Amino acid sequence: MENSNIKTTGNVFVDNPRMTARNVDVYYGDKHAIKDVTIDIGEQEVIAFIGPSGCGKSTFLRTLNRMNDTIDICRVEGTISLDGEDIYAPSVDVVPLRARVGMVFQKPNPFPKSIYDNIAYGPRIHGLTKSKSELDDIVESALEKAGLWNEVKDRLDQPGTGLSGGQQQRLCIARAIAVSPEVILMDEPCSALDPIATAKVEELIEELKSQYTIVIVTHSMQQAARVSDRTAYFHLGDLIEVGNTEQIFTNPSHQLTQDYITGRFG
Amino acid sequence: MTLSTLLILLVAIGVAFYFAGNMTVKTARSKGKVFHSLPNYYGLWAGSLAFFPAVVVLILWSIIDIQLFQSWVRDFYPPEILAAGGSQAIVALAKVENIVAGIRFGEPEAWVLQAGEAWIGWAATSTMLKSAVVLGLATVCGLIAYRQIDTDFRARNGVEKLISYGLIAASTIAILTTIGIVLSVLFETIRFFQLVPPTDFIFGTEWNPQFEGAERAGSGGGEAKYGMLPMFAGTLLISAIAIIVAVPVGLASAVYLAEYASPKVRSTVKPLLEILAGVPTVVYGFFAALTVAPAIKGFGESLGLTVASESALAAGLVMGVMIIPFVSSLSDDVINAVPQSLRDAAYGLGSTKSETTRQVVLPAALPGIVAAVILAVSRAVGETMIVVMAAGLAANLSFNPLDAVTTVTSQIVTILVGDQEFESAKTLSAFALSTMLIILTLGLNFFALQIVKKYREQYD
Ligand SMILES: Nc1ncnc2c1ncn2[C@@H]1O[C@H](COP(=O)(O)OP(=O)(O)OP(=O)(O)O)[C@@H](O)[C@H]1O
Ligand SMILES: [Mg+2]
Repeated sequence: MENSNIKTTGNVFVDNPRMTARNVDVYYGDKHAIKDVTIDIGEQEVIAFIGPSGCGKSTFLRTLNRMNDTIDICRVEGTISLDGEDIYAPSVDVVPLRARVGMVFQKPNPFPKSIYDNIAYGPRIHGLTKSKSELDDIVESALEKAGLWNEVKDRLDQPGTGLSGGQQQRLCIARAIAVSPEVILMDEPCSALDPIATAKVEELIEELKSQYTIVIVTHSMQQAARVSDRTAYFHLGDLIEVGNTEQIFTNPSHQLTQDYITGRFG
Repeated sequence: MTLSTLLILLVAIGVAFYFAGNMTVKTARSKGKVFHSLPNYYGLWAGSLAFFPAVVVLILWSIIDIQLFQSWVRDFYPPEILAAGGSQAIVALAKVENIVAGIRFGEPEAWVLQAGEAWIGWAATSTMLKSAVVLGLATVCGLIAYRQIDTDFRARNGVEKLISYGLIAASTIAILTTIGIVLSVLFETIRFFQLVPPTDFIFGTEWNPQFEGAERAGSGGGEAKYGMLPMFAGTLLISAIAIIVAVPVGLASAVYLAEYASPKVRSTVKPLLEILAGVPTVVYGFFAALTVAPAIKGFGESLGLTVASESALAAGLVMGVMIIPFVSSLSDDVINAVPQSLRDAAYGLGSTKSETTRQVVLPAALPGIVAAVILAVSRAVGETMIVVMAAGLAANLSFNPLDAVTTVTSQIVTILVGDQEFESAKTLSAFALSTMLIILTLGLNFFALQIVKKYREQYD
């Protein structure tokens, strides 16, 4: 990279931040994958990360709930806070952190267990319920919120892997919701889905927005435009521009953002 | 012409047709003709058709003619031998075959000499006919294939078919051999059951074939006992001990290797574990007999227990160590086959490493692990050497691991080593035991394969 200190254009700060990242660098061994990124993620907003393949969107997303810890060679510098608390502080336990910052992956990955057990998994390991009926309630409300309840209520004991791709992805979203997270990270949640299933998931994101902060990585600019309030554009590990989604798509300030939006590359 | 000269000639004919086909197409192509396939394929087509049918005929002929001679030669036997049947006829055949091979002991009987001469005559005719037919067939088939060569002829597809037939033939050989083994064991078993009732064998609790000599001599009948239960009990006991050792240790090391170890550790430890599988079982056997069994006896006696100097425990423990690599290596493979995305999902929900392993990875890998364990069990059930050396040969019906016991396999060995009478119930009992053992291990393997199949369906 010719110059690793590109200044981010636009306003990276918000009035009521849920998560804040300050001067974050991420390395995979010697590879500098995220370069000095500073950004706020606001309360109850949907923020979209866009950018060409390999620019570090997934990497940055994974730093937000320390999923990078599972990769040996990955190193994170800088500070990331959730509700003002540094999540990389030595005293922080990743187990409750990941319950507060949930994650939905690119490929639907339900456990090879029943639909019920898929949703109940999180509440069980975190000991969120005292009784079976409480757990039943959590499962039902998570499936309700994910818009899946009516489709699966008669087959809760059947394997989650037997659902269609779109249903599986909503099951995974329900599974993440079941532990009552504050933030939900979604890494290209619709890239394995057909247009109708995609529309359903987007609708779901729209509804979840009132209760959760959502960070979504996407390759579809239409999707970013449809679901997000703010958009962040990454390029080769740099955060180039952040702004209101409407402004980014209609009137980008940075040349690189404009090139990407208008489809000149990426 | 001997078999090897014939074979060499066939190879030469095949190669000749290969080059002929190849060259013909090459020259035609250089004159601007367009062929469906590359020249090589036309050569292979002609060469294979010349070679393979002839070789098959050659092999079949060589097998069948000896059988024919053996039945024709019976016409020369004196009537009393034919009437006696059984081993007499086998001896007679051996005498004739010695003459054919040019070996003479003393002065053979006249009919033996006649039979020998007749055999030699048949063999000469057969060889001549065989050479003519086989060489002729090779040439004719080769020519037919060569005549087929034409711009439109799809030699490439033809060769593809030939290759698939070849592969089918190879796998058929393996299957036929297995069937042959099973059948031969089965026939002897049936003969055994004509001497000893199956119910006595299957439900009998005493095993004592040594008295058979006495029984035959007519002194005191019914002393030989052919009950298989003591051996199967021994097999089960020793296998159970082995599994109790191997499953926890093997599974734990598989989990460590697959989930916890760094790639560097994994790449050194895994081959090391697999070396365990390469140690000859006789080495395990004397380790068990000379080191483990005395240690157990010493330890047991210091606690005031009676321990046989050869014990099921010693054999089972060492056998358990022997099958650890089966369990760990196969389990490691199935654990690795669990998609990373499932682990990510579990970590993403805040699971710790051991929660992820226990609640997500192991359940997902369970069918494969069960299959690995069952394969290890069937290995343990079939194991002989360790038992012969470390568990003794006493056919006790006992489930006390400190007793000396014996297993099915080690009894088979004891029965069949040394001189035996082929007709005796004692010898035949080995085949009956083998049949039962085959049924047991086939059952286990079948069961394991069923589970593996189910597991495959889940992730494909
Ligand atoms: N586990 C890893 N080990 C080493 N390098 C990695 C690893 N994961 C990602 N990288 C590197 O880090 C950079 C950013 O990768 P990342 O997956 O974050 O990109 P991305 O923006 O999500 O791309 P895509 O849109 O294709 O998903 C890439 O150059 C990639 O090669
Ligand atoms: Mg990505």
